[in-house]
Amino acid sequence: MPKRTDAAHLTLGFIPLVDCAPLVVAREKGFAAAEGLSLTLVRETSWANIRDRVMLAHFDAAQMLGPMPIASTLGIGHVEVPMIAPFSLGLGGNAITLSTQVFAEMQEAARAVLAAGPAEMGRALESAVARRRSKGEAPLTLAVVHPFSGHNYELRYWLAASGIDPDKDVRLIVLPPSFMVDAVREKQIDGFCAGEPWNSLAVEAGAGIIAVTKSALWRQGPEKVLGFRADYAERWPERLAALLRALYRAADWAGQSENRSELSAILAAPDYLAVDAATIARAIGGRLVKLGGGQAEAVPDFLVFHAHAANFPWQSHSLWFYSQMVRWGQIDYSPALADRARQVYRPDLFRSALAGIGVDLPRASAKVEGALKTATPVASRNGTMMLGPDGFFDGRLFDPDAIEAYLRSFGVQI
Amino acid sequence: MSDAALHVLLIDDNSVRASIIEEGLREAGHERVTIITDMRQLLRQIVEADPDVIFIDLENPNRDVLEQMFQVSRSVHRPVVMFVDQSDKASTEAAIDAGVSAYVVNGMRKERVKPILDMAISRFNAFHRLREELDRTRQALDDRKVIDKAKGILMKSRGITEEEAYALLRKTAMNESRRVADVARGLITAAKLLG
Repeated sequence: MPKRTDAAHLTLGFIPLVDCAPLVVAREKGFAAAEGLSLTLVRETSWANIRDRVMLAHFDAAQMLGPMPIASTLGIGHVEVPMIAPFSLGLGGNAITLSTQVFAEMQEAARAVLAAGPAEMGRALESAVARRRSKGEAPLTLAVVHPFSGHNYELRYWLAASGIDPDKDVRLIVLPPSFMVDAVREKQIDGFCAGEPWNSLAVEAGAGIIAVTKSALWRQGPEKVLGFRADYAERWPERLAALLRALYRAADWAGQSENRSELSAILAAPDYLAVDAATIARAIGGRLVKLGGGQAEAVPDFLVFHAHAANFPWQSHSLWFYSQMVRWGQIDYSPALADRARQVYRPDLFRSALAGIGVDLPRASAKVEGALKTATPVASRNGTMMLGPDGFFDGRLFDPDAIEAYLRSFGVQI
Repeated sequence: MSDAALHVLLIDDNSVRASIIEEGLREAGHERVTIITDMRQLLRQIVEADPDVIFIDLENPNRDVLEQMFQVSRSVHRPVVMFVDQSDKASTEAAIDAGVSAYVVNGMRKERVKPILDMAISRFNAFHRLREELDRTRQALDDRKVIDKAKGILMKSRGITEEEAYALLRKTAMNESRRVADVARGLITAAKLLG
């Protein structure tokens, strides 16, 4: 048995998305209690509330968009409050949904088929965008959930790689995920990038098609984290460590295929997602229905709760998010800022919390993203562990030690 | 420009609460108040309203839409900042406890906006008190119904009077340090189980 810390009561904020699962499981399946923690989970309605209430210490910690603690630490978009992310809540889980109307235009303009990969889908979208422009029609409006979100960056990455300038050729707006389906149906937006269950709900409503999954854009790409105020680690080191252990075991449980139906039922409850368990089960199992009336198809690594070191807070992930902030003009580049961004993700806290409970940990704190074309053994504390595949769809690599070159390769002036 | 000339925008899909706040602002002499209750095309509506101060309730998921204004401030005419920042943590606390967030167009002096924020906070709190009172009234009504039902069960099964049935419920509640209504609920459940 691990050493029990003093019984502590923690309040954690979450947004009703499938990847809040580790928090919910830690509470509902007793992993938190086993660490001497009692958890209160507070469902929030906006990411802004989540950030403000962590900032004001209403919450001990919260589910956060990966870039959010970085933006908060660097003081962009909001007040400057140093935050840390010592735990990743999983990899992947998002998708880009386009309206059935836009998909029809893509089929007409470029014979697009849904089975095609992100490169082909992107080219077809580019044809549709060009056709609209030549006909003098309004540009497409696409929505993301927050300016500092993986959603924003992966949508922009895909658009730009497909020859569509996200700031000139389309309109990008922010919309709460719960409004996405109606907004597509009412033609206020032409598509969106969001986590599950919102893409599947849009398909079920007959409003859209799932054009690309995040896993296809960047296999095993980073997504939500557990965010704390930076001073929390100094004030409550034991509580933080106990919570990470509980979440690690909860994520492990959530990632086991035999627990999928139980997990879906737990998350479906009114206090959590309040969505049909079958829809949740498809997201968790990586089986998505991409087109209304179609069959569910297997999407490899659609949402990874625990495997492939999914909970490890890679500093190459925080640096990639920073690189995107620079790429899209949210902040300037400087080596000092890059260093501060890197240190928001805290593999040291992850390691010290999990040392001594027999789990395997990567030796490195950062890796070259996109380098593993197949599952590959890498050095770990216990010998080797399997990571990857983690490729970007356009074959690019992100070397965290060469951010400047990476940005220049996209034509960014720094 | 006097304070009265500041244009205040309220974003709240609860139109009752919005009118309570609007009323408070008008009483305090702020005549230029706009309310948005329909969240569609929110950013466009904000641009058209062109406010100096924006209030939005924290239950509103559209707070994240406003976050975008920090980013694409060009589209909203003038840059917007969150009013309550780290230099004024007490205001931030008070606002968030009250369930409201405030945004102010850059360049506006804080001391000019503070009375408006304080007004909004106190009105938000007043609204919450009102709602809690309603909830309590509703709960009290529910409690009475439950207690009446439990009394009926006791009167029937034990052949006692209504006063005796209530005395029994109250004594049990006191002995177990519970509310009479909770004891009554337990009794009703037990009676259902026992058929």
